[in-house]
Amino acid sequence: MARTNPSRTLKAAMTNTEVSTFTDQTRHKLGETVFFNLTRAASLLTLLLLLAIIISLIHGSWPAIQKFGFGFLLSGDWNPPLDTFGALIPIYGTLVTSLIALLIAVPISFGIALFLTELSPPWLRTPLGTAIELLAAIPSIVYGMWGLLYYAPLFAQYVQPTLNATFGNLPLIGALFTGPMMGIGILSASIILAIMIIPFIASIMRDVFAVTPPMLKESAYGVGCTTWEVVWYVVLPHTKVGVIGGIMLGLGRALGETMAVTFLIGNMNTFNGFSLFLPGNSIASALANEFAEAESVLYTSALLELGLILFAITFIVLALSKLLLLRLSRQAAIKL
Amino acid sequence: MDLHKKRKLVNKVALGLSLLAMAFGLFWLAWVLATTLKLGVTGLSWELFSRMTPPPGASEPGGLLNAIVGSLIMISLATALGTPIGILAGIYLAEYGRHTWLGQATQFINGILLSAPSIIVGLFVYSAYVAQMGNFSGMAGVFALALIVLPVVVATSENMLRLVPDTMREAAFALGAPKHVTILKVTLKASMAGVVTGILLAVARIAGETAPLLFTALSNQFWSINLNKPMANLPVTIFKFAMSPFKDWQEIAWAGVFLITLGILGLNILARLFLGNKNKQ
Repeated sequence: MARTNPSRTLKAAMTNTEVSTFTDQTRHKLGETVFFNLTRAASLLTLLLLLAIIISLIHGSWPAIQKFGFGFLLSGDWNPPLDTFGALIPIYGTLVTSLIALLIAVPISFGIALFLTELSPPWLRTPLGTAIELLAAIPSIVYGMWGLLYYAPLFAQYVQPTLNATFGNLPLIGALFTGPMMGIGILSASIILAIMIIPFIASIMRDVFAVTPPMLKESAYGVGCTTWEVVWYVVLPHTKVGVIGGIMLGLGRALGETMAVTFLIGNMNTFNGFSLFLPGNSIASALANEFAEAESVLYTSALLELGLILFAITFIVLALSKLLLLRLSRQAAIKL
Repeated sequence: MDLHKKRKLVNKVALGLSLLAMAFGLFWLAWVLATTLKLGVTGLSWELFSRMTPPPGASEPGGLLNAIVGSLIMISLATALGTPIGILAGIYLAEYGRHTWLGQATQFINGILLSAPSIIVGLFVYSAYVAQMGNFSGMAGVFALALIVLPVVVATSENMLRLVPDTMREAAFALGAPKHVTILKVTLKASMAGVVTGILLAVARIAGETAPLLFTALSNQFWSINLNKPMANLPVTIFKFAMSPFKDWQEIAWAGVFLITLGILGLNILARLFLGNKNKQ
């Protein structure tokens, strides 16, 4: 970072030499000032956008914040006709679905990144990598509709009974896999979420694996390590900051994912137990379902407060992800 | 079992599992695309492009004309609104603000906005625009989509401009070009392919966005190109029709899903080809 900016010194040198005529210089100076300030204004606008979002969410949710205070976060009572609102159930649904999605997506993304960087023949790398990235290009609503009409029935018919028969009788975790087998619910939504965040995590893992210095890998191969040992003991420790950054990015995506979850989570605002087969609700799907129909000021305001909570959680997760990825790229820049 | 055999076995199992993970990813892609293709093609018909969205229980076949036109209007306006600001901000980040607080802060915040939940953007436009104007409108949808275009374009233009080697800038400066001329005529031109790719990807991103439109543009069952009224659009129409119990609505929803998916995958592949070809030159 200590590198001097060559363009800046050149510019300084250029303005010192009196090569162009006076009018040319003033015209260029004016153009330069206008253009520079235009780009700076655009950049400032992007920055202010964040501020505007935060302010408008706080402003909009103020009536609910005043009425319910901190208890909003701890109450599970969401009752629009009575104008009482508590955010616990959507917060629980958001966190649990994202967590399960991560549990599924992280090992699979790791496998995909491993395959793409170490195992795949070079000519297959680009098409397979593109195919995985296309998973991220499919719009959320397509996952939702397909999930509700095609995946959920099969999930109810085959996967849920199998899970129930395998884990249902175990102590503690058995309770998670019992209940109505409807195909929609927390687990079902989590699996679709996992598929949707795999491309994000996998492509970051692949990119950070690629920055491991070949020298390190080859030294490990040189002392007789297997491919797996190289990846597990050399590549992964070397890139762990970036890998965690990628996982956080996936988490950020999962927390705010709306349409697919709305189709599959069941949109139930009451808590009936910890079973993952039961329907639930997430912040984003509560907003998608209820916001346009919210009648009273307090109802709208409570939904905006839900949005504020969601934004706060994703902001922290994404900021952490960005910091970790920045740290890795600085590390890589120093080593090179 | 000796250590050597054990290590080889562990390696084989791990690599086998990674192959399975790859197959797992491709399996879902194939399944989703196959379903969309099959049901979408059966749902395709001339009426889809020539008729309005049908009311429930209509005797005549309905189409998606108003939704397709509404989506096209909103996507083009949002792109036209978000792209210039995005490119300008990208220029600032890459050319002027690399070491300034504004540059670094914007870059960081932009990275967060890029992945922030799109439904939050909808909430923001609702409170800042819809609630003030008093009604849902196509214009609100345009604003919401433009706010999603913005960070995508900022990020890609910045990255692409940074890829331009400093020697090119120095060459232009040596000829006496002022900085803004250098940027407009040299660096921006050199990174044009990348910037265009970014725009294509941004369009692909907003084409399928449903969440930010739910409470900004809402939807409209009838033909309307008035930007101050609720405007029909494909994603929200699909959402409404897919959740409905009517068979004909669901068929139309699948056709809509097919159109959107086809468009988005097409844009993605086009963007990749575009960038790939330019890189080879």
